[in-house]
Amino acid sequence: MLAELSVSLWRGAHEGRYETYAVPQRESQTVLDVVTYVQRHLDPTLSYRFACRVGVCGSCAMTVNGKPRWTCRTHVSKVAGGGRLEIGPLENLPVIKDLATDMAPFFEKWQQAKGAFAPSQTRNDPIAQIKPDSPARVAADAAIECINCGVCHAACDTVRWNADYFGPAPLNRAWTLVNDERDSGNIARLQAVSAVGGCHSCHSHQSCQELCPQSLNPTAAIAGLKRRSMAAYLKGEITA
Amino acid sequence: MNVRLYVWQRLTAAVMAPLVLVHIAVILYATRQEMTAADILSRTRGSIAWASFYALFVAAASIHASIGVRNVLAEWSPLSDRRAGLFAVIFGLALLALGFRAVAAVVLT
Amino acid sequence: MILRTKHRGSALWLAAVVHRLSGLLLAIFLPLHFLALGLALNGEEKLDGFLRWSDQPLVKLAESGLVFLLAVHLLGGLRVLVIENFDWHDGQKQLAIIAAAVSAVIAFIFLVRIF
Repeated sequence: MLAELSVSLWRGAHEGRYETYAVPQRESQTVLDVVTYVQRHLDPTLSYRFACRVGVCGSCAMTVNGKPRWTCRTHVSKVAGGGRLEIGPLENLPVIKDLATDMAPFFEKWQQAKGAFAPSQTRNDPIAQIKPDSPARVAADAAIECINCGVCHAACDTVRWNADYFGPAPLNRAWTLVNDERDSGNIARLQAVSAVGGCHSCHSHQSCQELCPQSLNPTAAIAGLKRRSMAAYLKGEITA
Repeated sequence: MNVRLYVWQRLTAAVMAPLVLVHIAVILYATRQEMTAADILSRTRGSIAWASFYALFVAAASIHASIGVRNVLAEWSPLSDRRAGLFAVIFGLALLALGFRAVAAVVLT
Repeated sequence: MILRTKHRGSALWLAAVVHRLSGLLLAIFLPLHFLALGLALNGEEKLDGFLRWSDQPLVKLAESGLVFLLAVHLLGGLRVLVIENFDWHDGQKQLAIIAAAVSAVIAFIFLVRIF
């Protein structure tokens, strides 16, 4: 007979407390399975967020035993030392209820960093010929698989310390666009990431890179932005 | 932190890298020789080389330290960005003044 | 700052905190250093008096600490400058640990020389 897990879940919003539940342990079990079990069998008032359950949407990110992770891709056996789990909402974001955070501030910063493609051509123009092995495309491809899960945002100390800071994900996306030959908005984008809260606030702690479930490297992307920004500033293309 | 402050901080850092190495070497040499004040001052007094070296060091350090302090205050203290910036400027000017005074003290005859 | 998250004990986070604290402590030390040197304005006896005061074991220990702070801030700073200005290299954890170790060695050499 398998043991029971002692699972502490955050209940409430900004104010609240951890409540503990006993969840049967299974042979192969993810943290999302555990949270789902609590909501279905023990406490239907628990609020949490998930969608695909298979690690492609990024909706189920939560703080698990101190680290932000995708709960659907975190096996209980890997993290539950001594049969204990502590699960809370992602840090650095407002809490709506229990384990669900408000992602709006995250996406607002995405917009502020100009993490949106600015087209230079129309549908009537021929398709742009981009070489997949050009250095710019290789750099963009290395950073393009971000699915906005917020793990890096939750992990980042500078996000926590500096309310203006855009954060790793928006800046990482800005970097992919800076390297996109089809994009026409790079002066404005470099200006945006060179302002207060932009790439220069990054201290290269690398928590983002260590924890990104897609194995992306926002630290490197932000370093790239710093180089482009400094060059543009020294050339007078952008102002401080 | 914006691009202008970043450039000044990283530039002064790069300038200081070789200066710090020389300074550490000087420290190790002077302490090994158990130099007295007279020993030190006989080398620095009237020396254009030491005057230039340490004047540059003081200028770079004052800029670098004040921007660093500004960042720490902005992130770790309740001060607003503006207040942190103001404190940093005052701190930087104090370092410049005290630093140039110290250089003068050991270089002027 | 509620340290509820565990990744903050990681080597690179520690390196960043050491870099920040060493910078702060050096910034606080610098005015004192300048004031001590400025004693020479009143004649070398004043400066010599200070140097003899600093011969005490506790002061020597503190000075070794300062040498460590200077070295670790320099080496950590060089690591950051490389990350920011050159192509990415993995192994940042190892580099950070090496920087701290080399700084400790330099400070130890200093300590041995002045005792």
